[in-house]
Amino acid sequence: MSGTLAMPPSAVPAGARATRTRLGAADQAYRALLASLATAVFVVVAVIVFELARGAGPSIHAFGWGFLTGTDWDPVAEKFGALPYLYGTLMSSFLALLIALPLGIGTAVYLSEIAPARVGSVLAFVVELLASIPSIVFGIWGVFVLAPFLRGAIEPWLIAHLGFLPLFRGFPFGLGMLNAALVLAIMIIPTLVTISREVLRAMPRTLREAALALGSTRAEAIAVTLDAARPGILGAVILALGRALGETMAVTMVIGNSNRISLSLLAPGATLASLVANEFTEATGKLYLSALIEIALVLFGITIVVNAVARLLVLWATGGRRDVAGAA
Amino acid sequence: MSRVRPEDLRPLRLGGPSPARRAVDRASVVAAHLAALLVLVPVALIVWHLLAHGLAGINLDFFLHMPAPVGEAGGGMANAIVGTLMLVGIAAAIAVPVGVGAGLFLAEHGGGRFATLVRYTADVLSGVPSIVVGVATYGLVVVPMGRFSALAGGIALAILMLPVIVRSTEEVVRLVPQSYRQAALALGAPHWKVVQQVVLPAASAGIATASLLALSRAAGETAPLLFTALGNRFWSTALDQPIASLPVFIFDYARAPYADWNRQAWAGALVLLTLVALVSGLLRATTRRIVR
Amino acid sequence: MIETRPTPDIAAAPPADPPATPRPSLPVRATESGAASALPPRVALSARKFNLYYGTNQALRAVSLELPAHSVSAIIGPSGCGKSTLLRSFNRMNDLIPGVRTEGVVQVGDVNVFAPATDVVELRRRVGMVFQRPNPFPKSIFENVAFGLRLLGLRNRGEIEARVERSLLQAALWTEVRDRLERPALQLSGGQQQRLCIARCLAVEPDVVLMDEPASALDPTATARIEELILELKARYTIVVVTHNMQQAARVSDRTAFMLNGELIEIGETRALFTRPGKKLTEDYITGRFG
Repeated sequence: MSGTLAMPPSAVPAGARATRTRLGAADQAYRALLASLATAVFVVVAVIVFELARGAGPSIHAFGWGFLTGTDWDPVAEKFGALPYLYGTLMSSFLALLIALPLGIGTAVYLSEIAPARVGSVLAFVVELLASIPSIVFGIWGVFVLAPFLRGAIEPWLIAHLGFLPLFRGFPFGLGMLNAALVLAIMIIPTLVTISREVLRAMPRTLREAALALGSTRAEAIAVTLDAARPGILGAVILALGRALGETMAVTMVIGNSNRISLSLLAPGATLASLVANEFTEATGKLYLSALIEIALVLFGITIVVNAVARLLVLWATGGRRDVAGAA
Repeated sequence: MSRVRPEDLRPLRLGGPSPARRAVDRASVVAAHLAALLVLVPVALIVWHLLAHGLAGINLDFFLHMPAPVGEAGGGMANAIVGTLMLVGIAAAIAVPVGVGAGLFLAEHGGGRFATLVRYTADVLSGVPSIVVGVATYGLVVVPMGRFSALAGGIALAILMLPVIVRSTEEVVRLVPQSYRQAALALGAPHWKVVQQVVLPAASAGIATASLLALSRAAGETAPLLFTALGNRFWSTALDQPIASLPVFIFDYARAPYADWNRQAWAGALVLLTLVALVSGLLRATTRRIVR
Repeated sequence: MIETRPTPDIAAAPPADPPATPRPSLPVRATESGAASALPPRVALSARKFNLYYGTNQALRAVSLELPAHSVSAIIGPSGCGKSTLLRSFNRMNDLIPGVRTEGVVQVGDVNVFAPATDVVELRRRVGMVFQRPNPFPKSIFENVAFGLRLLGLRNRGEIEARVERSLLQAALWTEVRDRLERPALQLSGGQQQRLCIARCLAVEPDVVLMDEPASALDPTATARIEELILELKARYTIVVVTHNMQQAARVSDRTAFMLNGELIEIGETRALFTRPGKKLTEDYITGRFG
């Protein structure tokens, strides 16, 4: 590119070298101390992987890849298959995402483009409050408030009007996939809102101005900004998915705990996390325990991959600003 | 598709945006408002129900008494409250020194590949589901010890808190103005003293805030405690015995078939949320004022 | 005193680069009575005792001026004098700032800009704007220019292509990008991006083009091309240029307005303003005594 200044050769003396203060002995020791604490992070992750792999060993050895496709979970016969729980985890999380997406992104757009300042900060506070509610509190609310409501009002209506679809066939239990999806959706909305909002804020103002100056309506200008923010918002979505996949307590309490795969939203189900939460302390027998640890390992693998992809996207879209990526 | 020549173009006949565009614009703005409103609904509902069901159970007995025997009414969650405080204390004792040290390292020497790897790993760690951490801690601590223990629970919570403390410490330390460091260096202080005696104190408020935030989140975690600290209906403050905690108390009492216990679960949930939300809210509000 | 080169005659407007294709003939536009006229409508701008406040801070004080159609008017003055604020009032881009209040009248043609009945969206189509830093959308070159056309509901690909080509020709960018219309706009150089933004603006057939320091982020060669372009465009559009570069104002504009602290100090024919300024303040600014 034109414009770089060429230094006249005489300006830099021949023997000049870049100077840098060298750290003294005490400094190096201190630095080593800090570095060793930093390695703790590696150690922790390594330990987790090691423990999971070791504990799951017998089960992996016994079932191999069949573990992931097996549909029987029979502690008595010592036959273990993870498919119903994989299904439950993926189904509940994707459903939750489906519900949370319009609400989360709509709220993020509202906060960053439309809301007046004071309304915006109140809403942002409420979203943060939602984010800080512990999982167990969602669980108790889901069991004692949402379940009766679904059982009494929503599910009968669904069965009556949409019961011809396999999606809505069955009995109104109140607990089950629908309840879990709703509770999960509420839990991941703050993630969607916070990160999408930061991604939108990272978009240059001139993008919106250019669109408006060409005669766009407000909505059309927002569409331009959203379009430009697509990678980041995708990252937010995938991060929210990651949260949903790993969620344990609320789902355990409301999903009904059945190990049958059912297409119906009204049926009870189970997830990888709920299975472990329910059965780990009751597990008798080495293979049983090992199978449960393998379940945890599968869950670990899924969430690691999903979160890694998400973070890459968010980092790319926000131009590598770690403070935004750290908000995740 | 016929090729139109630029010379043949007629002028655009216009008179403002079409009705369709206007309608889309109005509908979009309405939809955005609706989304925001709908997000408020669950929060309001949860808080409302917590108050409606939980307030009745809150009395002094609840805080001071031990759980009543099965079938008897009354009783409290004194042991659960103390248990949570102990667990959080153990977790803090482990996670804060390690996390702050790692965060300091990243802030002060954070340019190289090692540092980037540490950051990446911390991010990975923060995405691990809490139940997986519980399972790993079971294998790491409970099995060798031969029993469930408060120590195991504290370690599990510490693992959960670690990435948060590392990341926040790095951010807060980076915010310390370069002028502080330069002034100290110019006075002839060695680098390590500058960090230890100038940078760290300056960043301490922010670090304390972030650590307290991480602690309050950890206090609400249930899953990692299920097979580490387990739970205890009796009073215990021993490190090597199972210990009660507020979240597990809520979990057990909510699933129980006794209405009285369910009511106590609500009360416990109200207490937990109040503590967590209060601490988070206060701390975030004060941080914003410091940082911005 | 600044030496000004004689401003080119409005009637003679030869294009600087020899066009590869013959120049498009002027579009025929029907007037109210149905008769066709050869030139686009002449839209002049004016302000009468216009005040603008950002909250309690007054940014424009009783500004009154007339900017004639089909000419280039420049607004000069030191930083913070309100020239950009005045410019952005013509297309109500100041509405984006919360707490903005206005008094007085601003007119574009026969439209009262701040009247409640005025449709802002249509106003902004008729009054186009080019910004200080080029701001193409993160889309292809073609899609940038086509953006406004798609907004207006054009669906016919052939027509869109023709309009895109015409706009790029008018912005003197066509020959450089004709073979790579599908490439990302952000890959163009700064000067090319700015000409792309001009093409994008022209595609929706505005009557007025507002330019807020259009060349300040560009190198001298690109600046010269933009200035040439401004002179070419004046045959069809009313152009207002805000600039902190007095030589630039002298080169491209027919009329120049000098502002200071939110007030219009003096406005007049460019050559006259620079050679024989009426007010002392104007003379001090021009000779570099402040700003």
